[in-house]
Amino acid sequence: MSPEELRKIANWIRKRDLQAVYEAGAGHIGGEMSVTDLLTALYFHTMSVNPDAPLDPQRDRLVLSKGHTALALYVTLAKKGFIPESEIATFLKPHSRLNGHPNRTKVPGVETNTGPLGHGLPVAVGMAKAAQLNGDSWRVFVITGDGEMQEGSNWEAIMAAAQFKLDNLTLIIDHNRLQQGARVADTNNLAPIAPKVEAFGWMVEEIDGHDMKQICKALAPETTETGKPKCVVAHTNKGQGISFMTDNVAWHHKVPNEEQFRQGMSELEKALS
Amino acid sequence: MSAPIETSKLHDCRDAFVSTLEALGEADNNIVAVCNDSVGSSKLGNFRDKFPDRLINVGIAEQNMVGVGAGLANGGKTPFVCGASPFLTGRALEQIKADVAYSEANVKLVGISAGMAYGELGATHHSIEDFAWIRALPNVPVIAPADRIETAAAVKWAAENEGPCFLRLSRVGVPDLLPAGHVFEPGKANRLREGGDVTLIANGVLAHRALNAAQLLADHGISCRVINMACVRPIDTDEIIAAASETGAILTCEEHTIFGGLGSAVAEVVVDHHPVPMKRLGVPGVFAPTGSANFLLDEFGMAAESIADSARELLRRKG
Ligand SMILES: Cc1ncc(C[n+]2csc(CCOP(=O)(O)OP(=O)(O)O)c2C)c(N)n1
Ligand SMILES: [Mg+2]
Repeated sequence: MSPEELRKIANWIRKRDLQAVYEAGAGHIGGEMSVTDLLTALYFHTMSVNPDAPLDPQRDRLVLSKGHTALALYVTLAKKGFIPESEIATFLKPHSRLNGHPNRTKVPGVETNTGPLGHGLPVAVGMAKAAQLNGDSWRVFVITGDGEMQEGSNWEAIMAAAQFKLDNLTLIIDHNRLQQGARVADTNNLAPIAPKVEAFGWMVEEIDGHDMKQICKALAPETTETGKPKCVVAHTNKGQGISFMTDNVAWHHKVPNEEQFRQGMSELEKALS
Repeated sequence: MSAPIETSKLHDCRDAFVSTLEALGEADNNIVAVCNDSVGSSKLGNFRDKFPDRLINVGIAEQNMVGVGAGLANGGKTPFVCGASPFLTGRALEQIKADVAYSEANVKLVGISAGMAYGELGATHHSIEDFAWIRALPNVPVIAPADRIETAAAVKWAAENEGPCFLRLSRVGVPDLLPAGHVFEPGKANRLREGGDVTLIANGVLAHRALNAAQLLADHGISCRVINMACVRPIDTDEIIAAASETGAILTCEEHTIFGGLGSAVAEVVVDHHPVPMKRLGVPGVFAPTGSANFLLDEFGMAAESIADSARELLRRKG
């Protein structure tokens, strides 16, 4: 799929996500807008997955470790055909499969239950190790938030992945510079992230996480290095695509009012033309 | 007939927690707050503005947060370590065990939005195992206040008394139940309503639901005692034995799994001292489906009407 087509899909996902947050009266819109381009590239370009056989043993795996942005994943999975698009409207409703955090036992396409931060990468290391032991060629992708990288469990997993030479593992850090209550830099600064991960024996690449060409290239198998796990530091904006949410910490989990919803929708509409 | 609980005046206990903490912090420089990117959800913004140096935000790192709390206590501080209860207790359980409980460090653990307060955010965010986890540890009183008055009293007690404790707070609004000026005493329950046919024992957000159920039962001529058991450990053994011997049946209600929480703690006392028919209401050992906090409590049989039904069923077993 061309970058232009991918951009169109990402735009559709953003709109559907915004509408669902508005209708449900909850969600984590800032981090959903920042991660959308990454999810789109993974599901519509990079990964080999089949909605008709969601548990195919040879599938590529994606772990959305920043599970609070589950809605962006649900919308992506719906667009890809894992769940009906009409089901998005049930987000957070009583007994809906579409919980505030993704549940693999309920939603096809979800690989592991996330929500507490700092869980996805260790699980992804285990997946990649299994593929390595099997001699299989499937790949494992995991997306973490940048604030999430403050969890020590991530760094334990980073060491393990390098030690195990997991070149089938790609960690994508959604580096939007904001966490829940403040800027990452004002809380527990990790920057610069790239040299830190590199120092642990990983191959690291920094990209614009909203540029489809750069995302696709960074995730392509040719750009991995034998014997090393790869980390893609994706420079993104929280609230990307909606001007008043962009890079604004207030929009971690704020819900737009009607006027803000309309403005957001109209900005996203215009972005396509 | 006593008046039904005014549900129009509901209060978020976090407000009582922070306003008390701010007042205590004013009087004592050693009081500090430690958090995990949870300034907003712990309502610590005001505390931070008043005492910027004394709000220690370690980032999203709960194990570190509890360890840092223990170190601060060693250095003479009185840390209130605040975080969403599932992550504070679940993620940092070993730090709580070794650094706080075993070391008897003067750390006040404050589990925010405990129980099913996070509702639709799902089972990862529900803290319905925390009574069981923390009550299994020596040295850490486990306290789930029923209203803002008891919250304020418990925070004051925690600040004034050396040693660890775990305060379990909700964000779901609750009415005032305890008298103004109430003084908190660990291991001391409060009788919210007298009665002789059956006893309801609850705490936290379930206390007012139990009271409403007692009223429904009273309307049908059943006299129901209601006990607020904020302290799950140490538990008020005398009050439980009195309830067993005087009313002959005990129904517990908790925003927690029925495996190892308040109901289990009460049952331990009942079995050891005065066996009577009992029933334990709570989350029946499952991960909750999607739904709001109040929806889920209703779903798990803890609407006032359902609690009353369970009490009637229990009465039939009383013989
Ligand atoms: C272990 C744990 N601690 C705290 C939280 C609460 N929490 C949810 S999202 C969030 C901020 C995440 O920031 P970041 O990783 O940067 O994600 P993004 O900016 O992409 O939303 C926090 C603290 C959590 N879900 N899990
Ligand atoms: Mg971030």
